[in-house]
Amino acid sequence: MQGSPVFDPSRLFAAGPGRREDHMPADALKCKECSTTYPLEARFVCERCFGPLEVAYSRPDEDPAALKRRIQAGPHTIWRYADFLPLTGPARSALPTGWTPLVKADRLAERLGIRELYIKNETANPTHSFKDRVVSVALARALELGFDTLACASTGNLANAVAAHAAAAGLPAYVLIPHDLEEQKVLATGSYGAQIVAIRGNYDDVNRLCTEVSGERPSWAFVNINLRPYYAEGSKTLAFETAEQLGWELPDRVVGPIASGSQFTKVARGFQEFIDAGLVEGRLPIMNGAQAEGCSPVATAYAAGEEVCRPVKPKTIAKSLAIGNPADGPYAIELARRTGGGVDAVSDDEIRAGIKLLAHTTGIFTEAAGGVTIATLAKLAERGDIDRDERVVALVTGDGLKTLDAVRGSFETTEIDASLDEFDARFAYAGAAA
Amino acid sequence: MAITIKLPAQLRDAAAGESAVTVQDAGSVGDALAKLYERHAELRERLADEGGELRRFVNVYLKGEDVRFLDGLATPVADGDEITILPAVAGG
Repeated sequence: MQGSPVFDPSRLFAAGPGRREDHMPADALKCKECSTTYPLEARFVCERCFGPLEVAYSRPDEDPAALKRRIQAGPHTIWRYADFLPLTGPARSALPTGWTPLVKADRLAERLGIRELYIKNETANPTHSFKDRVVSVALARALELGFDTLACASTGNLANAVAAHAAAAGLPAYVLIPHDLEEQKVLATGSYGAQIVAIRGNYDDVNRLCTEVSGERPSWAFVNINLRPYYAEGSKTLAFETAEQLGWELPDRVVGPIASGSQFTKVARGFQEFIDAGLVEGRLPIMNGAQAEGCSPVATAYAAGEEVCRPVKPKTIAKSLAIGNPADGPYAIELARRTGGGVDAVSDDEIRAGIKLLAHTTGIFTEAAGGVTIATLAKLAERGDIDRDERVVALVTGDGLKTLDAVRGSFETTEIDASLDEFDARFAYAGAAA
Repeated sequence: MAITIKLPAQLRDAAAGESAVTVQDAGSVGDALAKLYERHAELRERLADEGGELRRFVNVYLKGEDVRFLDGLATPVADGDEITILPAVAGG
């Protein structure tokens, strides 16, 4: 069966050539607030100050050319970046994730007056959003740590990813969601066999309950709670891929959505790690965050010059970004300021227009969160914030098929009998297009 | 008048292993927390900064509602109310 397309996880997901087996590239978990360190266990909060824990690495002094060759020889999944991920063994998962297309969006660029624009098309992941990246890393670490159940608090995309990856790995999954999520996300999640628990409340209520449950069920891996430091690392691969796909160069600016702020900050960290490792040259891209006006605690705090976000009760069609109490909000604000970027908020009508603009000019159909990103990109361009010679990357993090209500009624279908005369009557033909 | 304060797993070693503490005669959320600190002194530095304000990654809920949507630490409490303390860094 040589050359067969039959899927064999043990071959596809072994570490790239030259990577040592059973080597953990990370050193410890470290508090972002007070720098207290902890072993690489399932913990997410500093016991001294309640600050968030993050994976800390001490990068070996390695020849960048050798490191680059090792990455290039790896699989076309996020595991090609195993040297930058907190896993002991060769990373394995049964659901290939990542290496999504970086699409050069010339028609959209022209429309917005941007010289060079790329869309990181995360709809191409197995469950059609970037959440497959974070779940892949969290699941791999959960298995190393001996957990027997996968769980999460989700606004929908994470529910899909946890359910699918748990099914592929043969683990039971519990997915807790707000009761009013888009039907498409709920139906897909249930189809993978996960136990769905709909909470009568918003995402922040779900998150509170999951935080309580995770404290009482030590064999459950809540990917975005007790496994959160590992989970969050998965978002770095968005930056790694973007840099590699740009020919080992950095974009000048990145525009991406902000919900909790985890992805936004980890994308920047990914670029920084590639700079520090000598794989790319230059400085951190300008980071622009995008929120929906109906849930914009980070944009509001940014505009007011504050460091801490005041929680809000979300009300927006961008449900995947509807986190009223964003855990990484202060870090997202700091990053936007430090890189000369910003955090903007757009209305639901602008979000719908953003979805349409992207679809009409690139052929990529995004969910409401992508509409938030594109609407923010358009706003930056219109405001003259983007220099004429910039290379810009926009992160389109999820698929439009998940939020069909956002486009319902936005176009007309013509219904006719199966009659050539009727067709001609409706659509006059003036000959071949010039 | 009794107020129950539920503690997350991360704080229990500083509270003699207790998962919930009952305090008496507190007029507000801040009062109840002050009485909690009297009982378990180490909790004060874990939860509050030098000025006595809650650290920014601490969430406090009264009957399930984040106290920042109410009156913060000044929010009045009544007999039988339940306060829950949780880390804020979850989710997303």
